[in-house]
Amino acid sequence: MAKITFDGIEIEVPDGTTILNAARLIGGPIVPPAMCYYTPLKGSGGKCRACLVKVAAGSTKDPRPMPKLVASCITTVQDGMVVENTINDSVLDVRKGIVEMLLINHPLDCPVCDQAGECDLQNFAFEHGVSTTRYQEERRTFEKIDIGPLIQLHMTRCILCYRCVYTADQIAKGDRVHGVLGRGDAAEIGTYIENIIDNDFSGNVIDVCPVGALTDKTWRFKSRVWFTKPVNAHRDCPKCAGNVVLWYKGNEVLRTTARKDQYGEVKEWICNECRFEKKETSDWTIEGPAHIDRSSVISANHYELPVLNQSVIDDLPASTQRELEQNPPLKLGN
Amino acid sequence: MGRKLLTEHINVEGIDTLDVYRKHGGYRSVEKALKTMTPEEVVEEVKKSGLRGRGGAGFPTGLKWSFLAKPEGVPRHLVCNADESEPGTFKDRQLMAKLPHLLIEGMITGSYALGANTSYIYIRGELLYVLRILEKAIAEAYAAGLLGKNILGSGYDLDLYVHPGGGAYICGEETALLESLEGKRGNPRNKPPFPAVQGLWARPTVVNNVESIAAVPVIVNEGGDEYAKIGVGKSTGTKLISACGHLNNPGIYEIELGLPVEEFIYSDEYCGGIWKGRELKAVVAGGSSVPILPKELILKTAAGANRLMTYESLSDGGFVTGTMLGSGGFIAMDETTCIVRNTWNFSRFYHHESCGQCSPCREGTGWMEKVLHRLEHGHGRMEDIDLLVSVAKQIEGNTICPLGEAAAWPVAAAVRHFRDEFEWHVTHAKAAAQPGAVYPGTLVTV
Amino acid sequence: MESTAVKPQFSEAAQAEIARICKQYPDDRRKSAMLPVLHIAQAEFGGWVSPEVQDLVADVLGVKPIEVYEVSSFYTMFNLKPVGRHVLEICRTGPCMLRGSDELTAQLERITGAKVGGPASEDGLFTLKEVECLAACGFAPIVQVREQYYEQLDTPAAVDAMLAELRNQVHRPALPWEENGLPNAVARN
Repeated sequence: MAKITFDGIEIEVPDGTTILNAARLIGGPIVPPAMCYYTPLKGSGGKCRACLVKVAAGSTKDPRPMPKLVASCITTVQDGMVVENTINDSVLDVRKGIVEMLLINHPLDCPVCDQAGECDLQNFAFEHGVSTTRYQEERRTFEKIDIGPLIQLHMTRCILCYRCVYTADQIAKGDRVHGVLGRGDAAEIGTYIENIIDNDFSGNVIDVCPVGALTDKTWRFKSRVWFTKPVNAHRDCPKCAGNVVLWYKGNEVLRTTARKDQYGEVKEWICNECRFEKKETSDWTIEGPAHIDRSSVISANHYELPVLNQSVIDDLPASTQRELEQNPPLKLGN
Repeated sequence: MGRKLLTEHINVEGIDTLDVYRKHGGYRSVEKALKTMTPEEVVEEVKKSGLRGRGGAGFPTGLKWSFLAKPEGVPRHLVCNADESEPGTFKDRQLMAKLPHLLIEGMITGSYALGANTSYIYIRGELLYVLRILEKAIAEAYAAGLLGKNILGSGYDLDLYVHPGGGAYICGEETALLESLEGKRGNPRNKPPFPAVQGLWARPTVVNNVESIAAVPVIVNEGGDEYAKIGVGKSTGTKLISACGHLNNPGIYEIELGLPVEEFIYSDEYCGGIWKGRELKAVVAGGSSVPILPKELILKTAAGANRLMTYESLSDGGFVTGTMLGSGGFIAMDETTCIVRNTWNFSRFYHHESCGQCSPCREGTGWMEKVLHRLEHGHGRMEDIDLLVSVAKQIEGNTICPLGEAAAWPVAAAVRHFRDEFEWHVTHAKAAAQPGAVYPGTLVTV
Repeated sequence: MESTAVKPQFSEAAQAEIARICKQYPDDRRKSAMLPVLHIAQAEFGGWVSPEVQDLVADVLGVKPIEVYEVSSFYTMFNLKPVGRHVLEICRTGPCMLRGSDELTAQLERITGAKVGGPASEDGLFTLKEVECLAACGFAPIVQVREQYYEQLDTPAAVDAMLAELRNQVHRPALPWEENGLPNAVARN
């Protein structure tokens, strides 16, 4: 075990834990953002630089600070390490710079992007960026390529996190037909020759994409995500665990995705049959509303029963409290 | 005239053949090391020599060797970094083409010291003709029992291969080089783990520059202490300097570290002064990525001392008034040189060579190039100058590999020392955009 | 030229060379031979690597085609489109620029009629390509044609001599594993 101090908070974590995952164990607003790291994907991380933090003391043995900011997603903790994130201005400044870099060539076409509302880049820019840009040059564009009837590729939105490449290698083993081609700022996700990304698990690249570069073609332009209601459901699936989220508008299932944790990481990969072919409620056993806490626009949609703060309830008149206890319409939160 | 430890026989007819090379003392270090020294003793000599990596970073070679992990039953590798691509640097190419056996000798002795039984020379793909020369020389060495099984009856086995790159500056970064050697895109790896622990095919690996490895034979032959007597302070031994740009005698010079920069530029023994009788304006002393210095600061430090060709003297004053020895790519620019155009050119280079893996470098290098292109072509704005400095700062230190710094430093340094010239490109945009336009103002020194 | 439907095959000499190269790496690390095999492929099939040729390389190395595309598109030496008989790679980086590479490029465009980054000259002889530093800065300006460096091309006479030599070169020089050089421009599909 290693004891570290993160933004002044002490925590003990198993050896080999990354700084980012240690911070996630603490939770809350001190957790660094991550645009490319993805726990289930081996080899991911280190690229976007969104999660850079200051190591003010390396370890008990060697308490010197690390000379450069480090990527918290790939740097493992040492006993006695002291890490600064939100309490260090230079970290926040650099992060602002990273937002700016990621946006200079981004088309900012959120109004027509299906990812809007559940986009990591949108959230990242909103939470850590500035509202203006100093970039006045032409933005990069790519030739459009078609990767088949199920997945839509918008290369201009891509931030080259490589998650979809790792997914194809590790989840859809042996079937990878897409990759990163070219280099520098001309590098792109592509298939080189015209090819269809198609295997039983190919749809997972949609779920891992942090931006709107890879979206579900069957859900394209059907609705803004915040007008839909996520519902947990499962079915007996011969290929995958069959645990999904159905995204409803009225009685219609507009889209199916894997279930994700609060950091947007897929809990269980789902197969293409579950994702693309089972769009009837009768195909599924419904469990109840899916809780989404990172994407505020969706939560604001009141698809879930509102969560009331216990302290609010404590302040209510006694008669109202009695009413609540006898007839609880509310899920009680902290 | 300084001592020539590596290039003494470089112009001897037939020195690229084994026979002639041996007649001039070649492969003595292999005999000495394999027959009379333990691997640890060889490492110790290299440590004592004070040899610092000649590829640019200047990290002590012996120390790097001592970091190599030695887990039981896992093969280790020595990989020679012959991906020479830093603009202004062309020493390794000449050394390998003319003295292939010197590098091979260094590889054998070095591999022995590290306990490697398979070693590679990763040479940039553009130098396929040098690869042919090396492969021919390697075949001679095999035939003479200097490579292969039981070298010179010592019981030590070594296979040595040459591997070509495919055209990518980034593969000079050691982990990108290893990726490339594994047949992949040259994306630098996240560190740690460092190559000394997990390098080529996840095995412990040392990556050294050509010139560093070529210095090993002389260190083994003469002893580390003798080698360390040459040079000044922590800058020991000799260094190959690739001199280019507006010099009367561009070329490769082996100098004893400690030579005054002024002597190097103006003495007929070396570069012979600035061409066409012109004045020197600026120098990039260690390859395109190190900070450019105006004439006044390259000849003398800010404190007024003579600037010497050493790691320490060139970096005197930090990045405010100093620079770096780097890879020894010495680019001289005469009074007619447009600093903005030159900075744009370098910036285009780094933009072109960024692997695109991490966001500050991928996006920032292109941004800087575009702004510099506008400034150079008469479409600049005054605020662009500070913008350049700011973008450079956003890249520096925040990337996976040092290409970020390599791209940021030249831009920041050019603005630091030649801001007036940048401003002139805004205030006199039309005139400055003419081909061959020369900034008429006086040079800014600090 | 467009690739034909016939699947390309390496010559016997090239196959032997590839077998030699593959032995330089551990058996389970055959992918390591990627760059040397791509170089052989480019020399073998008319100076560029078509998708079919890259698929052949994937086949030879036992990797997925995308793994070859990812690599060939990363490294600048591999031409992904058909080229003229000679590809003139003109160094454009700082030290060469200081010694006149911009003028050299303009001169080569004027003489050959080809444009940098564009298709080959009308006679099919020359493709012009600007490249970054070739590590010969002290002998600037420079042009690389296949494995040959042409240095100090700062006079019209030096440029003319290079072009005259190339015009007379119907076959590219033989590589160490070949008896004769191959015709330069014709892809042997």
